[in-house]
Amino acid sequence: MNIVVCIKWTPDTSEADLTLESGGKDIKKDDLDFDVNDWDRFAIEEAVQIKEKMGGSVSVITVAPDDAEEMLRESLARGADQAFHLWDDAFEGSDGYAVASILAKFIRDRPYDLILTGTLADDDGGGQVGGMLAAMLNIPSSTLVSKIQIQGTTINFNRELEGGLGEAIEMDLPALVSVATGLNEPRFVSIRAVRKVSSVEIPMLDLGEIGIDESKVGYDGSRIQIEKVYLPPEGEGAEIIKGNPEEAAARLAEILREKGGIG
Amino acid sequence: MTMIEPADFPIAGIPAPVLALVILVSAISFFSYIMFRRIDLLRKLMPDHRFSDIWERIKLAVIYGFGQYRQPRYLGAGILHILLFAGFIILSLRSLTLIGQGFFSQFHLPFLTGSPGLFYDILKDYTGLIVLGVCIIAIIRRAVFHPARYAHPGAEGHQNEAYIILGLVAALMVTDMIFDGSSLKGAAVSGKSCMFPAASLAAFFMPAPGSSTLNFIHIASYWAHILVFFSLLNYLPISKHFHVITAIPNVFFANLNRGIIKPVRWGVEDWMELEEIGVSRFQGFTWKHVLDFYSCADCGRCTDNCPANAVGRHLSPKMISIKARDYAYKYYPIFGSPPDPGETRFIGDIITENEIWACTTCGACEQECPIFIEYIDKIVDMRRYLLDQGRLPLSLQKPMQQIKKKGNAYGGSKGKRSAWAKEIEGVEIRELKPGDHADLLFFVDSCGSFDPRIQEISKSFARILSKTSSDFGILGQDETDSGNEIRRLGEEGLFEQVSGKNIKAFKARGFKEITAFDPHAFNVIRNDYPERFPIIHSSQLLARFLRDGKLTLSGDYLNNRVVTYHDPCYLGRHNGIYDEPRYVLSKIPGIELREMVCSFSRSFCCSGGGILLWYENEEEKERMGERRVRMAQEVGSQVIVTACPFCLINLEDAIKTTGNEGKIEVIDIVELIDRSML
Repeated sequence: MNIVVCIKWTPDTSEADLTLESGGKDIKKDDLDFDVNDWDRFAIEEAVQIKEKMGGSVSVITVAPDDAEEMLRESLARGADQAFHLWDDAFEGSDGYAVASILAKFIRDRPYDLILTGTLADDDGGGQVGGMLAAMLNIPSSTLVSKIQIQGTTINFNRELEGGLGEAIEMDLPALVSVATGLNEPRFVSIRAVRKVSSVEIPMLDLGEIGIDESKVGYDGSRIQIEKVYLPPEGEGAEIIKGNPEEAAARLAEILREKGGIG
Repeated sequence: MTMIEPADFPIAGIPAPVLALVILVSAISFFSYIMFRRIDLLRKLMPDHRFSDIWERIKLAVIYGFGQYRQPRYLGAGILHILLFAGFIILSLRSLTLIGQGFFSQFHLPFLTGSPGLFYDILKDYTGLIVLGVCIIAIIRRAVFHPARYAHPGAEGHQNEAYIILGLVAALMVTDMIFDGSSLKGAAVSGKSCMFPAASLAAFFMPAPGSSTLNFIHIASYWAHILVFFSLLNYLPISKHFHVITAIPNVFFANLNRGIIKPVRWGVEDWMELEEIGVSRFQGFTWKHVLDFYSCADCGRCTDNCPANAVGRHLSPKMISIKARDYAYKYYPIFGSPPDPGETRFIGDIITENEIWACTTCGACEQECPIFIEYIDKIVDMRRYLLDQGRLPLSLQKPMQQIKKKGNAYGGSKGKRSAWAKEIEGVEIRELKPGDHADLLFFVDSCGSFDPRIQEISKSFARILSKTSSDFGILGQDETDSGNEIRRLGEEGLFEQVSGKNIKAFKARGFKEITAFDPHAFNVIRNDYPERFPIIHSSQLLARFLRDGKLTLSGDYLNNRVVTYHDPCYLGRHNGIYDEPRYVLSKIPGIELREMVCSFSRSFCCSGGGILLWYENEEEKERMGERRVRMAQEVGSQVIVTACPFCLINLEDAIKTTGNEGKIEVIDIVELIDRSML
């Protein structure tokens, strides 16, 4: 079983004061800390668990600048066997389509039975790469996947839909599935675990080595153009709910109902 | 006429000395073999450094071993134990004498003849009676009153062993009484009952002098005594009463340095290269840790004081010892080959992951154990293994990851580490750059830098330092999380990173002392960092300011409210600082300080500091903080003063959840002094 996991290097915006680039088309990322996309951590963990059960190998791939090596190394520490770092300055500005094109070009000629990705990215929430990559490779795909079971040449899994509705699906391999968060408990990666894989070589491949045309990547290869990025409007100030627990709970329920938080 | 003595009376035609020799040799051989097997296991375990400071160790063995100094922490049981122990020491000479009398009829230990001998005979007679009384009380106590701390939740108990041992000890006393009583009766001497009450009591029931029955009783009680004695000796190392033999060595080999976590493996510099780290299998424990297991007497004082256990978490320090000892006895049997463990894993099945993560490392168990059994190092070693396997509880992963990435669990950027310091009116805080010098280096730590509530303590502390004209500064961007909990959660690699960064920052600057208001930071820098720096806790610094007359306080802020002081674990138990905070409080005019029942070294943990603030435990029925607030309520407290920012957070939460908002205030001692300064 050869499993390929595609992962993304995303900025942590949770505790940061965000400001915009001068062009207004992106946020300033210089001072932000980057890490592996949270959804993708579950994809790596799932791949490693499948490998531990069934044998085979796990390759992790990213299209990201130099710093992302840290994330690839951490993926090796999680149990991946190989990592590939795809980057070229020409990739700057690639949208989901362009990234999928790069990945497809690289993966196409390699052995694979299963491709895993996270369903969404923490930063732009595009949710595009998985589906488009599958289409380019001409293999079936699905999203928000959990409870994966491999049987022979098929993959069985569940999808959790709105309102607790579930779907059980079977697909032929090779296939691409984009996982939901929470389908497993990703292992913790200690400093020692990273050090153990410190001598594993992570090949860095550029445009030429991947063999993709410059016109298919970066701004030129993208089909989406961002017009403008804007910050959320200033909030109106919080309401502090007063009263005893019963009254406070009643008022909270009322607010949630008003705002559509609960049915 | 005189009685026939045992040495002169053949049994079934066998001369008594021959029989005595056979019993002695076989019992000692058997005992030696058992001891060999027990020690053989210790030799197969991990190394431990326990031979340093021999003088200090002798002192410990004298005070806590022979002196039983910790026993009276449980007064009733403690007194009973001291009586038993004293009896054991006194009567051991008697036992030697009696063994000798199997060979020579008038055998006496060389120094126990004449007047000292008479004195000893009187003493041992009284002692025997007392020990018998204690045995009876102890049996009644167990059988009728069932003290809760003797329970064995979740595993096989060893109650029957307690009865066997008490029975054997009682039998030892009774046979000796009968032996002496028959002598007394046989010699037909009277008027000695006040000197030999036990023997006189037994003599009262004896047949007339000269009768063959009396002789038979005399001889039979002797051999019964000898057999009971050797049975007892051999029973000790196969039961929970091994402590009779191992307790004093265990105290001698105690951990002399509180507040420090053991290295990953003693004697190994580059632990990262080891095949396995921490305790994954039983053999991962050090020999001292298994000596601890051997030595546990199941008394349950540790569990009785464990805050995690008190709120319903599945952790009982006592059960860790018992389960591990059962495991050792089962898989390292005295005779025969060990059973196949099959799928049973030591970590996971015998000791569960929940138990291992439930500990706050407060140290209450270790403080209470009369014979210094350790738990924190064992738990940390088991965590090291789990973490190395990637098994860290989910709730702790994010904060741990944040420390790895950003140097703090709060996810704040480095640049914002000193943002709090710019918000204090009238106080300038120097950010020390490499090469700068200040008398005091204020180590703020992540909590004081990023937690909005704890920033208030940072500001108060800065105001006090400014008011006392102290020359102080902070590290700013170059400060990293202190790492106390990182190390205690088993992430040794990350601990080495953060401590390394802080040490580098310390060395680049000049200062006389470091000061910190968080006892966790204080502890780890003081005890765990591989290089030593002078460090002083805020409460000690406040005490110094007050002694030097640099601060004058008023009682206005407290306004006659009743105050109680909550001892933080890492200040009190781990570093022995109990008096300075109380001294500081005593300097507030008109203060009424009431101590909670659980105070000083028996303080009750509020649920842990550092990133344990993020730890979620689904087993607990209430929060530790809530329990602590109720203890404060019991003494009518209106203000709970603590000296730890995490205690503050946990207790403030508990004030809200117990409906005490507006009734009880929780305040850090630094904030209280800031508000009480004139």
